[in-house]
Amino acid sequence: MTRIHDMGGRFGDGSVVPEAEDAPVFAEDWHGRALAVTLAAGFLGQWNIDISRHAREKLSPKDYARFSYYEKWISGLADLLVDKGVLTLEDLRGVDRDGDHPLAERTLKAEAVADALAKGGPADRPSSVEVRFETGQAVRTLGQSANRLVEGGHTRLPAYASGAKGRILRLHGTHVLPDSNAHELGEAPEPLYAVAFSTSELWANPEHPSDEVVLDLWQSYLEPA
Amino acid sequence: MPHDDHDHPHALLPPEPALRVKALETILTRKGLIDPAALDEIIDTYQNKIGPQNGAHVVAKAWSDPDFKAALLEDATSVVADLGYYGRQGEHMVVVENTPEQHNMVVCTLCSCYPWPLLGIPPGWYKSDAYRARAVREPRKVLAEFGVTLPEDTSVRVWDSTAEIRYLVLPMRPEGSEGLSEEELAALVIRDSMIGTGLPKVPS
Repeated sequence: MTRIHDMGGRFGDGSVVPEAEDAPVFAEDWHGRALAVTLAAGFLGQWNIDISRHAREKLSPKDYARFSYYEKWISGLADLLVDKGVLTLEDLRGVDRDGDHPLAERTLKAEAVADALAKGGPADRPSSVEVRFETGQAVRTLGQSANRLVEGGHTRLPAYASGAKGRILRLHGTHVLPDSNAHELGEAPEPLYAVAFSTSELWANPEHPSDEVVLDLWQSYLEPA
Repeated sequence: MPHDDHDHPHALLPPEPALRVKALETILTRKGLIDPAALDEIIDTYQNKIGPQNGAHVVAKAWSDPDFKAALLEDATSVVADLGYYGRQGEHMVVVENTPEQHNMVVCTLCSCYPWPLLGIPPGWYKSDAYRARAVREPRKVLAEFGVTLPEDTSVRVWDSTAEIRYLVLPMRPEGSEGLSEEELAALVIRDSMIGTGLPKVPS
């Protein structure tokens, strides 16, 4: 069982509403601000990208459904700042306790932004886990989509693709395993593959028989088919 | 309180989203954890410096130069990095080519993963529940909502970005674009054509 964010294949969301190519990047000023605050706080170095994804995903289903996109970001961030001890509940309540924060020396300065964004954060790592599958090989995903290390934890196998038979399209190398990294259990890098699934494997009424969905899946999500 | 504070500290901030952001920014700034000028710089970067024009440059170059295209399809990350397109949310790039036989389309059903260094910040629809839910199950109906109808014998391959790999679609070069310069070609490459929900403009 996964969480509310895992919505691939869900019914009932209505039409997709395209936007003009020249629509503003941030529809509201606070959207840009929410993005920037979130990125800047990330540079304090108190969490990794998988932890921050998990913080958004564990918003309550009610909040996740009613919040707009950047409300999820900013609310996930507030929760994370408290969870990691950067801020206290008193801080969020606005109780005035200004003064030197032990992390202030890590604060991202304006002149460092360009380099910090350009540097990125690659997720590939050397791994001692042996590559088990080759291109073209038939595989099956685990029957239940779930984090195997932490009950209710972060995982990247969407529910719609669990228990499905596919074939290995390519090996992406060895990457950090989010199921472990999101819970500070180590990066646990292992082989990551692009796996192609026929739509007839995924859906009761596939839209077109020759279409496919490709997912990036870690080796531990897969078994030989 | 509507929430348990310990599980949902965000409920302590003002509920109105613009005020919620402002409140958190203010708290972090007063503690010296955020430099407001750095926020301006981040916003300026994604509003004005990094956007779909980067991806359009890559596509136009691939249309103009077969060797570049072959290298791009083989190892996109290093090829686009050589053009200066590397960074956050673009550390592992894969470019997938549209052909008469196969049309590619990109989604992130779990969140909003998107190749920032090449396309910038994703448009609202890309992050919407409707797109995330439906692109994998009924891509042709979604394409129709963008005004795109594919030939019945063109298969659709939808890439669900479930890891840190970021995908860019290389659209087919439009008919009538022979003899155009790389710059003129780039002007035909719309953002949606690089996500797979649109097609390049046809030269008039």
